Amino acid sequence: MRSTKRETLPIATSADVVLARQKVRQWAIEMKFTLVDQTKLVTAASELARNALDHGKGGHMVVEAVENTARTGLKLTFEDRGPGITDIEAALRDGFTTGGGMGLGLGGSKRLVNDFHIESQPGKGTRITVVRWK
Amino acid sequence: MSKLPEIIQNHEEGIRSEWLKAMSTTVRRSDLMTDSEIQSQTRELLAAIVAGVKSRDITDLDAQAWTQTREVLQSISASRARQGFTPSETTMFVLSLKQPLFTVIRKELSKTPDIVFDELWAATLLLDKLALLTTDAFLETREQIIFRQQQELMELSTPVVKLWEGILALPIIGTLDSARTQVVMESLLQAVVQSNSRIAIIDITGVPTVDTLVAQHLLKTITAARLMGAECIISGVRPQIAQTIVHLGIDLSGVITKARMADAFALALQRSGRAVVATQNGAGAKKQEAKKEE
Repeated sequence: MRSTKRETLPIATSADVVLARQKVRQWAIEMKFTLVDQTKLVTAASELARNALDHGKGGHMVVEAVENTARTGLKLTFEDRGPGITDIEAALRDGFTTGGGMGLGLGGSKRLVNDFHIESQPGKGTRITVVRWK
Repeated sequence: MSKLPEIIQNHEEGIRSEWLKAMSTTVRRSDLMTDSEIQSQTRELLAAIVAGVKSRDITDLDAQAWTQTREVLQSISASRARQGFTPSETTMFVLSLKQPLFTVIRKELSKTPDIVFDELWAATLLLDKLALLTTDAFLETREQIIFRQQQELMELSTPVVKLWEGILALPIIGTLDSARTQVVMESLLQAVVQSNSRIAIIDITGVPTVDTLVAQHLLKTITAARLMGAECIISGVRPQIAQTIVHLGIDLSGVITKARMADAFALALQRSGRAVVATQNGAGAKKQEAKKEE
């Protein structure tokens, strides 16, 4: 997987979540994703950015245009320096929430993208990488 | 004792005309304001400065004697912020007074070069402080404008419309962040009580992204409306939004949803025992038109 273009955005306030969504939408349109795929990407970005803000005390998002031999895709990386996730399996389960939300954000985002990778070290932070291929 | 007050007072008109000339080459924006406006502004400000420099410390702008100057400058820069001047153009309005003032000081005190420097320094300090004051006032006005626009947007984007007796519509436009949701919920519940409505249509055509937070806010609003005896219908669910909601796993099965507002309205009419029918006149007009075409 080769990265052809990348940009980093901070996630520190709820206004940044809106900016992150707009950025992802803009890139998805530029890369000619279909309307459904655009919406899926934007929604996943919204969920994960808000997670990084609410649970991870803020961090940043990296947007990347990636390609491998066969196809191109949009890769999003969310990094925070929050308390981390102790039980990733439980966190991915629908309905699991610690913050009063619906508990669908993490599991839902996983279903909205093609590749979903989550790394978390308790006490150090969480990094979530998602890719949607065209 | 500084000679600055005396010099400015004696040459007030000369300084002003030079000032206007200097401005015409730098920051004169005839597209944004008229000549008479700028004439009166310069006259007002210079008069206020003359009153101010008579005070003991001519660089202490917080002093009583400078109140008038402060007020004049604040109102000038506030009006410029609203007229669409840039911050630097507004500051240059004050700073372009430097050259005319310096010229006069040099001419007046040419015989005592030692004092010239002191007076110039005092004049520089004074004008710099006035310029900073202008910038501050300018930014303050901008911030007020932004704040007011935010409030207006908040109000604007959440109107509750009465479609029919007992049927309300709430077209939501834009991001449903928490502050907005609060306004949406409040205005809907208020309208339900006031108009004694039984059905409310929440239209989300203008909401670009429906994620779990937005869905949760919507569900809470619907639950609250239900507690008050009003049923909610969500309309404006676009294909891509529908697919996303399914993938996210949001359960909207307890809510009536429609793709178009028209469908939601038809359902609302049906539920309240009403129907839309074509009138005799309308039908007649159609027949006549058909005849003409033949």
